[in-house]
Amino acid sequence: MTAREEVLDGVRKALGRSAGQAPAAAPEARIVIPEIDVERRFTMFSERLELVGGKTYRAADLDAARAITVEIMGGETGVASNAPLLAQAGITGLPGVATGFMDEAALRAACAVTPFGITTADYALAETGSLVTRSATEARLISLLPPVHIALLPISRLLTGLDELYTRIPLPSEETASMVFITGPSRSADIEMILVRGVHGPRVIHVIVVNNI
Amino acid sequence: MPGRVSLFVTCVVDQVFPRAGMAMAEVIGGLGYEVEFREAQTCCGQPAFNSGYHKEAAEVAEHFIRTFRDATDYIVVPSGSCTSMITHHFRDLFPPGSSLREETEYLAPRVFEFTQFLTQVAKVEDVGARWDGVVTYHDSCHALRELKIKDAPRLLLRNVKGLELREMGAAEECCGFGGTFSIKFPEVSGGMARTKIESILATGASTVVSIDSSCLMQLQGAIDRVKAPLRTVHLAEILASR
Amino acid sequence: MLIKIEQEQSIRKTVADPKIQKAVYSATARLKEKRSEVVSPEALPEYQELREQAHRIKRHAMENLDYYLEQFEKNLTAHGGKLIYARDGNEVADFILNLAKERGVNMLVKSKSMTTEEIHLNERLEHHKLETVETDLGEYIIQLAGDRPYHIVAPAVHMTRQDVGEVLTRTLHVERSDVPEEQAKIARVTLREKFLAAGIGISGANFLVADSGAVTIVENEGNARLCTTAPKIHIAVAGMEKIIPRAQDLAVFLKLLGRSGTGQLLTVYTSFLSGPRRAGEVDGPEEFYVVLMDNGRTKLLADAEKRESLFCIRCGACLNACPVYRKIGGHNYPGAYSGPIGAIITPQYAGVAKDPWLPFASSLCGACAEVCPVKIDIPKILLSLRREVAEDNAGEAGSPMERTAFRMFAWVMRRPKLYALGARIAGKFAGLPGLTSFGPAAKWGSTREVPRPAAKSFRDQWRDRRKGAR
Repeated sequence: MTAREEVLDGVRKALGRSAGQAPAAAPEARIVIPEIDVERRFTMFSERLELVGGKTYRAADLDAARAITVEIMGGETGVASNAPLLAQAGITGLPGVATGFMDEAALRAACAVTPFGITTADYALAETGSLVTRSATEARLISLLPPVHIALLPISRLLTGLDELYTRIPLPSEETASMVFITGPSRSADIEMILVRGVHGPRVIHVIVVNNI
Repeated sequence: MPGRVSLFVTCVVDQVFPRAGMAMAEVIGGLGYEVEFREAQTCCGQPAFNSGYHKEAAEVAEHFIRTFRDATDYIVVPSGSCTSMITHHFRDLFPPGSSLREETEYLAPRVFEFTQFLTQVAKVEDVGARWDGVVTYHDSCHALRELKIKDAPRLLLRNVKGLELREMGAAEECCGFGGTFSIKFPEVSGGMARTKIESILATGASTVVSIDSSCLMQLQGAIDRVKAPLRTVHLAEILASR
Repeated sequence: MLIKIEQEQSIRKTVADPKIQKAVYSATARLKEKRSEVVSPEALPEYQELREQAHRIKRHAMENLDYYLEQFEKNLTAHGGKLIYARDGNEVADFILNLAKERGVNMLVKSKSMTTEEIHLNERLEHHKLETVETDLGEYIIQLAGDRPYHIVAPAVHMTRQDVGEVLTRTLHVERSDVPEEQAKIARVTLREKFLAAGIGISGANFLVADSGAVTIVENEGNARLCTTAPKIHIAVAGMEKIIPRAQDLAVFLKLLGRSGTGQLLTVYTSFLSGPRRAGEVDGPEEFYVVLMDNGRTKLLADAEKRESLFCIRCGACLNACPVYRKIGGHNYPGAYSGPIGAIITPQYAGVAKDPWLPFASSLCGACAEVCPVKIDIPKILLSLRREVAEDNAGEAGSPMERTAFRMFAWVMRRPKLYALGARIAGKFAGLPGLTSFGPAAKWGSTREVPRPAAKSFRDQWRDRRKGAR
């Protein structure tokens, strides 16, 4: 017998079930979406993100978002993802910003040395101060290797929390191989419970929330 | 007369802390209840149950049931742990549908821990006691987590004249008794008691109060060993003092 | 014999070690406090409802596990991943070793996984000359020190920063620093190279989501993201009890896991991964495997009551709440899992006869069950295991001496007159020198003064009072 057959048979025997037997009715999923208006969502999001060490900005439009990005970068280099919004904002065209990577080795090499990784977020969660990024639109390493992560978030994508996200995207893997929630900068408290930021991922995260999109 | 109360004083109170039992009888009697003590009573069987001896525990539980099956009105116990054994665990000892299981189900709602009885049945919060001093209250585990007793003893204490109640940081942490655990793992059990004592001392209270004598036995033993300036007292004794 | 002499000595040593006591007590106190803040009724009014729901879902998933395993497999396969069934740790190791050999991989990076601790995966791989690098900061330090994890979520909780400084200097030959920030930097620089050079990344899984064929991993450092992104091959090793039916159920579990474990609303990173990178994606693994391990879980599944042990989501809250764990620490528990959850899982995996003392190492205070986010009734399972030990005559419980003692106890307790006489005698002779120098009294007396029976029992006082009243 293969391991597969043996394990599945063992499980069925333990449960008194037979192969192909339908499952009992599953408990209904618990999804409760609170009503929170957009301004309150923004306040919540920025409060929660700041509590875990992230910074939030509010931009009136994409031009303003670009200006904030320039200021954060202070003339240093960055790697921007291929998300169309970054091109629309003119961020991909900024001096010192490399973008358009289609080759993993080149992307890695660039991310390994640049101080700034610039991405968008597909969604954000107000209740927890989290960004939601998906590999279908964002290369994974840009929000991971550089020490500072800058993310643009259209305000229309600022959701209340997990319940709303899983209502919008009940089956995330249909659209993407990877979906990651990012809640603040990388951290560890493994040594004497003392907080250290930027252990493996970025030590700083800036989120620019863009109005009217 | 508001009703009849049958005391189940527990083996530890009977043999080591009879004062607590007498005090409980006094307080309940003082409220106008007719108080009786059935001499056939012994133990709830918890030591055997917690050690894995279900058959032996069931025998002792059966004796309890036979002793109290015709007790009218209320059975009151000066211990959260023993109360919980009767109200929460007796049913695990007898198969569903058996007559003893049915008798357990009949008895369980009549059995009350002392402070539960005072606040829920007699509906008193102030028994008119006086006790001068600063005390802190130790939550015994089964009272707190199985019987959900948290506010009642504190409320009763706050209404005692002359008494100041100070909360300790580790009020809800176990004293380390745990029945046979205290003998099987003396270092761990004793260590837990010492941790508790540190928290008690930090309040500045001179007395630690509980509704479970076995916790007090454990704490007093550790207090005496480390010679801490503390004493233990059962809540009933405070409520009975004038 | 209740407990092996070495075990007993080791426990005594830990309890008497002020450095370890302080480190563990303060860290667990901190985690406890942070958890209480974020699950308080003000912070999370629906907390109890979430626990109920989490319990319901886990129960349902376990009761229909074969169905969800197949559903998971189907969906994972549809997204290009592969599911490997492993009966035990050997099969997990063999799969990884063979794959590494086929792909010419000689180094792999690993993110934190209790499941791989359970099967001593690192030792097995290292034995076959496959370099295996732990990348979670705590786990990395533990690996360098040649130690084993002390706590489910805080593996190096027993080490001071000086201990860490010593280990890093000794093993990596770097300049000594006792500053955690600097120490983390040393680890980051060293490990960054490993991430980028490793051929395989191994992760655990917090949840396997059946309707998506996805692996969910939570973490704070970013090392799990790197392990599952940088190497060409990602292998997730998971116990089969990690299955939950739907992605939507994560809305419940994620709210509980971070809060219960570290007091975070969500951990910094939550990855939801299904299959290798897809067309048009620039990075991510090219091969994606989930190794699904039984290793004794079927046995637990068979017992309707103890099945609950499989609901555990490894948050570690029960360890922080447990006064026994906080005294004896993580290393005195046999097996990979320490604390209350270890005390119920390990005897079930290994059989109660192996360490029969384990289910008894609890005061049954119930603090574990109170904080468990999936409402596992740990004390109840401990009691059930104690009964097994006693009935199988496996340890001190069930030994002829103890059995006789409890038979006598029950016999006397059914004979009130005899019981009363015994009490009267005890009252008379209490305080006689020598009585407390052997047996249970001596054990009690090793750390506390032995209580004296009252000179007159309650029943005698009561009788006197009655007589007086008459």
